Amino acid sequence: MPDPILSLDGLCAHYGDFQALYGVNMTLNEGEVISIIGANGAGKTTLLRSVSGLLTNAGSQIRYRGASIGNLRADEVAALGIALVPEGRQLFPSLSVEENLLIGGRLNRPGPWSLQSVFELFPILQERRTAPSTALSGGQQQMVAIGRALMSNPELILFDEISLGLAPVIIKSIYDALPGIVGEGMSAVIVEQDISKALSVSDRVYCLMEGRVTLEGASQTISREAISHAYFGIE
Amino acid sequence: MDWVNALVQGTLLGGLYALFAAALSLIFGVMRLVNIAHGDFIVLAAYLGLTVVMSTGLHPLLALSLVVPMMAGFGYALQRGILNQTLGDDILPPLLVTFGLSVILQNLFLEGYTADPQKMDAGLLETASVSLGSLSLGILPLLTFAIAVAVIAGLQFVFYRTALGRAFRAVSDNQEIAQLMGLNKRHIFGLAMALALAVTAVAGVLLGIRTSFDPTSGGARLIYGFEAVIIGGLGNLWGTLAGGVILGVAQTIGAKIDPGFQLLAGHIAFLLVLAVRPNGLFPRVSG
Repeated sequence: MPDPILSLDGLCAHYGDFQALYGVNMTLNEGEVISIIGANGAGKTTLLRSVSGLLTNAGSQIRYRGASIGNLRADEVAALGIALVPEGRQLFPSLSVEENLLIGGRLNRPGPWSLQSVFELFPILQERRTAPSTALSGGQQQMVAIGRALMSNPELILFDEISLGLAPVIIKSIYDALPGIVGEGMSAVIVEQDISKALSVSDRVYCLMEGRVTLEGASQTISREAISHAYFGIE
Repeated sequence: MDWVNALVQGTLLGGLYALFAAALSLIFGVMRLVNIAHGDFIVLAAYLGLTVVMSTGLHPLLALSLVVPMMAGFGYALQRGILNQTLGDDILPPLLVTFGLSVILQNLFLEGYTADPQKMDAGLLETASVSLGSLSLGILPLLTFAIAVAVIAGLQFVFYRTALGRAFRAVSDNQEIAQLMGLNKRHIFGLAMALALAVTAVAGVLLGIRTSFDPTSGGARLIYGFEAVIIGGLGNLWGTLAGGVILGVAQTIGAKIDPGFQLLAGHIAFLLVLAVRPNGLFPRVSG
């Protein structure tokens, strides 16, 4: 078994005095997609913020390709090839669609993704390339957020609640595009509240509750009862 | 015709005020830092220019080739060494630290250059003029205005047509997400301060050619800069030029009415704009 691309070893995270994660253990293998499910406040976003460097001081609790990255800043983590598609899109409002994508590619990492390939994935963005990012619909903004992350040609991409606040038809189109994205040799972590969506695109699933892992298993074989128990803490 | 002359001279004076203001606007726009020491940085550039001129014999405008990189380097080091540590959710620390810097700089000027007013000698440039009908326009004010337009256009180009400008705007929009793009905000802020102090260097040297200055001259320049930025509207560089021109014209028209009314007229114009348009005349960021 090769070394995992990402491993969390007893990860704890705090916001001031409040502890959000309690000793989370997790592994992600090369080319694998895992999903993290859990209710609001379970610690899913905190976990992604820790991995991406937005929350530091995790020390050796986070290892990427065997190296400790828990104390790196977010820009240093990005340079290693880890990209985050943040919750709520969070595009740069003063930048156009194309500028948002270009700034995602400023690290000039080699790989298959470029402005052109992002436009091929989401053709509507090419039509609206000069529009201010604030003028787009929610679904189009999510496409820009995904494209912006892809422009850095990441080896590991983290998706945080990409279906949040979007119409079902938009969610479907984005999830339809995901296999083509992670099929480019990337590994991925998908944080999602929509359990069926998360299970449909991932190899394995972790469930978090109140900052602790309460379930781990293969997405295709895990039972609904086990998920209900892990998700809500009920029998 | 005297009124037309006052209008034209005020417009040209506005170029210098726009140069005072451009760096303030840039720093506030990128990192939301209100720099109380900005006027003293202008005076620092003037003293640096004076020192270069006296020690090398260069013409003051040629001295810019040394003063601009010196001020840019100072700006980067200042930002990385001190000011980055003050930035956060609370706006008070940068205000206090730049106020402290202002006090320190003024005392250093006193130690190094005494309290006597100083001025740079630009030779014939100071007195040369061209006639336009019955108007006589000084070459130095014309040159200052042309430089101001060029600087504003250059900043506009950097902000809206280059990767560095994209980085400035991205960090200004959302520092946290910008870091996810691989942008080191401390470095970007350092570059923004370097660029701002490079512009300040031009403003300071032109100030030192146009008029005499002393260690306490920074306060008035800070106020003129703030007024021009706010009249023009925050975040709009061409608006800053317009703000400088409005301030300059108000001062020269005021001086035409009564020489003692010059500065007060500028402040009244500022207050009127603030009362009618609290966000300035052109508050939107233009591309």
